[in-house]
Amino acid sequence: MNFKRQLKEGVITNNPILVQQLGMCATMAITTSLFNGVGMGLSVLIILTCCNVAVSAVRKFIPDEIRLAIFVVIIAGFVTIVDLLLQAFIPALSESLGVFIPLIVVNCIIIGRAEAFCQKNPVGASFVDGITQGLGYTVVLVIMCVIRELLGSGRFGGGLIDLAKGITLDGTGTGIQLFNSDYGASILTLPVGGFLTLGFLFAAMQAALKKSAKKKAAAAKTEEKEDEAA
Amino acid sequence: MSVTKLLEIAIGAILINNFIFSQFLGCCPFLGCSSKVDTATGMGLAVVFVMGLASAICYVVYDFLLVPLGLEFLKTLAFILVIAALVQFVEMFLKKAVPSLYAALGIYLPLITTNCAVLGVVLLNVQNNYNFLGSVVYGITGGLGFMLAIVLFASVRERIAYADYPECFEGFPICLVSAGLVALAFMGFSGMQIF
Repeated sequence: MNFKRQLKEGVITNNPILVQQLGMCATMAITTSLFNGVGMGLSVLIILTCCNVAVSAVRKFIPDEIRLAIFVVIIAGFVTIVDLLLQAFIPALSESLGVFIPLIVVNCIIIGRAEAFCQKNPVGASFVDGITQGLGYTVVLVIMCVIRELLGSGRFGGGLIDLAKGITLDGTGTGIQLFNSDYGASILTLPVGGFLTLGFLFAAMQAALKKSAKKKAAAAKTEEKEDEAA
Repeated sequence: MSVTKLLEIAIGAILINNFIFSQFLGCCPFLGCSSKVDTATGMGLAVVFVMGLASAICYVVYDFLLVPLGLEFLKTLAFILVIAALVQFVEMFLKKAVPSLYAALGIYLPLITTNCAVLGVVLLNVQNNYNFLGSVVYGITGGLGFMLAIVLFASVRERIAYADYPECFEGFPICLVSAGLVALAFMGFSGMQIF
């Protein structure tokens, strides 16, 4: 399996959020600080990878009619493990993400990948798919966080980065204040900002994909012409 | 729980902390099933029904089964199984008893299992320590809030069809942006003191 191709698919051409349009609730809800975004992204990456491997490993023994129920039980098991680990080792993250960690169970990305990819592919490819799709998810979350935090309150890396202490894992980092928060558009840190930021990101992605498709079509056309000329 | 407390939960769930516009629970069906007012109403009704029932059953399962056995950490797993079974059961019941409603809801009924508003409401019931009556009221009114949001938004979307917007906003992005504007209107309720 080609790792580079899968990576490109997961992060750009088949991005779980911006192209497959899955798992948007958490994307809009928790992207208020970089700490939340990175934490949520990595949690989903770990859960997705574990679930992909598990589903792919048992894919030949599962009767087709009850496969969804089995997937859900596998996913809920891994989500519970990660939830408990976070409560034990990074309690600040568990507190600030709140109900959205257990809600990863019904995050369509994970069940979507199980259904669309792991059912048909061997363990190794599913493992890589979990990592690349998880990375694609994390990248979008981080972009959302950076935009909302920077424009909303003039900060970068809230909770995660502290000028005095370096990287903090207890959520106390004050971030790097780039300009006075009074001048920020505080609407972006509110729920409305989640909808607006994701809407504009989607639009940008659609425009970019359309442009590259056009370019490819144009390139194909010129090649055809050259062939004909030859 | 006193009546005023229940009223506070109800108004909070419908307007102030609306499930979609301020808590972001249930966005997928909200964006997926809101292209027509009719389907939005059907989806909303089904969600009210399932959220109310799930709140009641999950309260019983948590307080009389998981807590006495010391298995609170399994709540996510237990709740999702209860919800999946419940949705399946409701589907079978409606098919036999009220076939007209079953036909109207169609594909949306099984999809409620993966609606994060349903799992969200039962988890929030536990987190907020609501008693049985409080849980049921929160479940039903949370569903009503979802229904209000999805019906309002469906009427907005019927208008968008005639609007003129940039080409790259075609489809999904314009929905998100207009949902943001509806959420802005709902922000007018935030900070409202009831009693």
